[in-house]
Amino acid sequence: MAEVTLKDVRKDYAGNQVIHGVSCAIADGEFAVIVGPSGCGKSTLLRMVAGLEEISGGEITIGDRVVNDLEPKDRDVAMVFQNYALYPHMSVYDNMAYGLRIRGMTKAEIDVRVQKAAATLELGPFLDRQPRQLSGGQRQRVAMGRAIVREPKAFLFDEPLSNLDAKLRVQMRVEIKKLQRALDVTSIYVTHDQVEAMTMADRLIVMNKGVAEHIGTPIDVYAEPATLFVAGFIGSPAMNFLETRVGSDGALELDGARLTPKTRLDPGRAVTVGIRPEHLAPGGGLDIQVELVELLGADTLVYGRLSDGNSLVIRLPGTQVPKSGDRMPVHANAGAWHLFDTETGKRLGTA
Amino acid sequence: MVERRPLLDLMAHLVLLAGIAIVAFPVYITFVASTRDATDIIHGTMPLYPGTDFVANYMGALFQGSQRLRTTAVSTMMLNSLVMALTIAIGKIVISIVSAYAIVYFRFPLRMAAFWMIFVTLMLPVEVRIYPTFKIVADLGMIDSYAGLTIPLIASATATLLFRQFFMTIPDELVEASKMDGAGPVRFFIDTALPLSRTNIAALFVILFIYGWNQYLWPLLVTNSATMDTIVIGIKRMIVTSDAQTEWHIVMATAMLAMAPPVAVVLFMQRWFVKGLVESEK
Amino acid sequence: MQKVGFKGRFFPYVLIAPQILITLVFFYWPASQAVWQSFLIQDAFGTRVEFVWFENYETLFSDPLYFNALVVTVVFSTTVAALSLGFALLLAVMADRQIRGARAYKTFLIWPYAVAPAVAGVLWLFMFQPSLGIVAQQLKRMGVDWNYLLDGRQAMTLVILASAWKQISYNFLFFLAGLQSIPRSVIEAAAIDGAGPGRRFWTIVFPLLSPTAFFLLVVNIVYVFFDTFGIIDAVTLGGPAKATETLVYKVYSDGRLGGDLGGSAAQSVILMAIVITLTAVQFKYVERKVHY
Repeated sequence: MAEVTLKDVRKDYAGNQVIHGVSCAIADGEFAVIVGPSGCGKSTLLRMVAGLEEISGGEITIGDRVVNDLEPKDRDVAMVFQNYALYPHMSVYDNMAYGLRIRGMTKAEIDVRVQKAAATLELGPFLDRQPRQLSGGQRQRVAMGRAIVREPKAFLFDEPLSNLDAKLRVQMRVEIKKLQRALDVTSIYVTHDQVEAMTMADRLIVMNKGVAEHIGTPIDVYAEPATLFVAGFIGSPAMNFLETRVGSDGALELDGARLTPKTRLDPGRAVTVGIRPEHLAPGGGLDIQVELVELLGADTLVYGRLSDGNSLVIRLPGTQVPKSGDRMPVHANAGAWHLFDTETGKRLGTA
Repeated sequence: MVERRPLLDLMAHLVLLAGIAIVAFPVYITFVASTRDATDIIHGTMPLYPGTDFVANYMGALFQGSQRLRTTAVSTMMLNSLVMALTIAIGKIVISIVSAYAIVYFRFPLRMAAFWMIFVTLMLPVEVRIYPTFKIVADLGMIDSYAGLTIPLIASATATLLFRQFFMTIPDELVEASKMDGAGPVRFFIDTALPLSRTNIAALFVILFIYGWNQYLWPLLVTNSATMDTIVIGIKRMIVTSDAQTEWHIVMATAMLAMAPPVAVVLFMQRWFVKGLVESEK
Repeated sequence: MQKVGFKGRFFPYVLIAPQILITLVFFYWPASQAVWQSFLIQDAFGTRVEFVWFENYETLFSDPLYFNALVVTVVFSTTVAALSLGFALLLAVMADRQIRGARAYKTFLIWPYAVAPAVAGVLWLFMFQPSLGIVAQQLKRMGVDWNYLLDGRQAMTLVILASAWKQISYNFLFFLAGLQSIPRSVIEAAAIDGAGPGRRFWTIVFPLLSPTAFFLLVVNIVYVFFDTFGIIDAVTLGGPAKATETLVYKVYSDGRLGGDLGGSAAQSVILMAIVITLTAVQFKYVERKVHY
């Protein structure tokens, strides 16, 4: 068990920089989730921690050791792969025992560890089977077991649930989280699924184009997204964005409604206003034309359009149903409006 | 088939049976001749069913060879053939699998040069470079030795390409998982790459064993001593075109013995044989 | 394609060394020797060597015996390929019908692949041996004056038969695999469109099988060029009067006599050129098969 620290970690391929200096400290026992769209560099970052990719710049520390130049085997970390990467010719038992055998552990010790992991993961009856005789969920568990038996300083997960069907994914999500709690091992988990990220993380690292745009607790990321990208990526349905400029009196004009920023902004500045669908409620300043209504049971999504042509999604609790073609006034509470600099995408506070 | 055509099905059976009869006929005749005595054959009056001299002919061939022509005993020839076939098959597999492993799993200067160098040998079968190769083997003092018989045939572009192809299909994540488990290149080879190649090895072995056993031109050149004769070479030495010296009953028994091992390998390892044949032509 | 690899500076060289060493010593060195020697002429006493550019090749191409070998090779290879491909295709089409015992038929048809060419030669030689072969006797009874030891055409027929016989199983296997890879639905669609079995074969199956057929044609030619050496050496020794002397057999028998080192080397170089051409054709084709 150990703290994992990244200090200005960089990666370039043939002069092409793909990770632009990521820094963060993951505390002992913490569950950190790196989330972002495909190609954002999240897997590359994880693989650098694992030692499967070379580190072009910066420093990675596991425990009190700088691991930059250590081979994967010497870093004392275990990894769960997207396709599980089980050895197809070895039994479940041997898959778990293999890493321990290489480390020269005695047979008895190995057996204790494997049996314990098998019991935890309910793999007991399958120890003699080959991977191909297992279901997807069972293979996933074996991959977990292979990591657990090592009792490493840190677990690394590379999109481990993306090959499972939706129902199993939810189930495994809960199991992995519980297991991590019970074992209390520092974990880094990579996913592109923001629901997975939000529900599992102690701390989120939201990445975009090789930059860690926001590092914080899930609630923090949801409530105060650091950039336009983070605001749009986390939350479902995604946050609504409306572009506008700061008026001469310092207020923001939005299709007839006026917003007053909490902090003073220079007049004339281009600002993007963000509002989450669930923070809009019927009545008040903005008038929308309803275009489409989706009933989800527990709540209802209303797709509408403002008179200036911008579209807006509103999430209403229950089944209060406006008809399409209806006009509907909506408003949001003060403080629910997020403001971002249109050019840099940086957060400017709320309104 | 798409619709029921009993008449066509019947025709199919008949054609296939006829085909098998044609394919099998020469071997049947050989078998019959190998069970008859010399006089039955020499007068051209041999009946088309087996005779009674099976044991005598095969024993004679195995332990004496053609006495009249003073050839080596067929058992010695078979041993030579076996040594040659096994050395070639195993040697080719070992040499090819390790070089394919190096080419796929390491980045080193001259890697592609080495690959192409091996690849081009596809176009240099022994038949086109007979005498220069023979001269080198002679200069190296490898005439009349198992080494001379096998080593020049042991390099294999086909097998190397096949293993390279196969290694490319092993998922990268499996290599990475091994690395995380602490395996280096040697362990990954022994614990994972090799066991996963089992069926490919079996398929190649069948093809290469047959290839080795059936070699003719090369052993003809590099062996002079009769004790080094393989069975395929030896059987030819038992036949004299010009006169009646040829002991056909012994020759025919030898022919059966020459066919038996490779044919048995094909029949008993049919699945691997077909796989090997198809894959090595890719 | 970039694979995940291992680190190692000397280790990969150790792994690849045996293969490279053998190719250098037994492939590249002799091949380059052949090319070099094909430009040289040695005098009768072997004391003086002269560089003569293409003189050896010129001599070769004006040699009627070399021309003869070329013709023999072409006739031999086309006949064997046609005979064995045709017969194998017929058998494969029959075995592709879903009839009872198809697997057993297959087993009984593939084993001749394992018979050594020289041994195949011996089997056919025995059947056609003029004085005691049972087929020869039958032919004589039918009034054919059979003696392949004297008649060049008969000798050619015999080596063709033996060579085609041995190649049937190989062609059969590949044709069968080709047939079985034709999607059932295409044939069923044709049947619904009203095409009977014969029509279906010529308009659907055969065109779809043509890549296989072309591939086999090349393989068969290579086979006849090189692997039939054993058959010829066992049955006719290239005779009578060089009627069955192929290019490969000529290299061998000329070399045995010794002497003309340059001429022999030139023959080898020409053979190499032929193999390279055939392999190139084959690969160009295989390339296409991959994208097919």
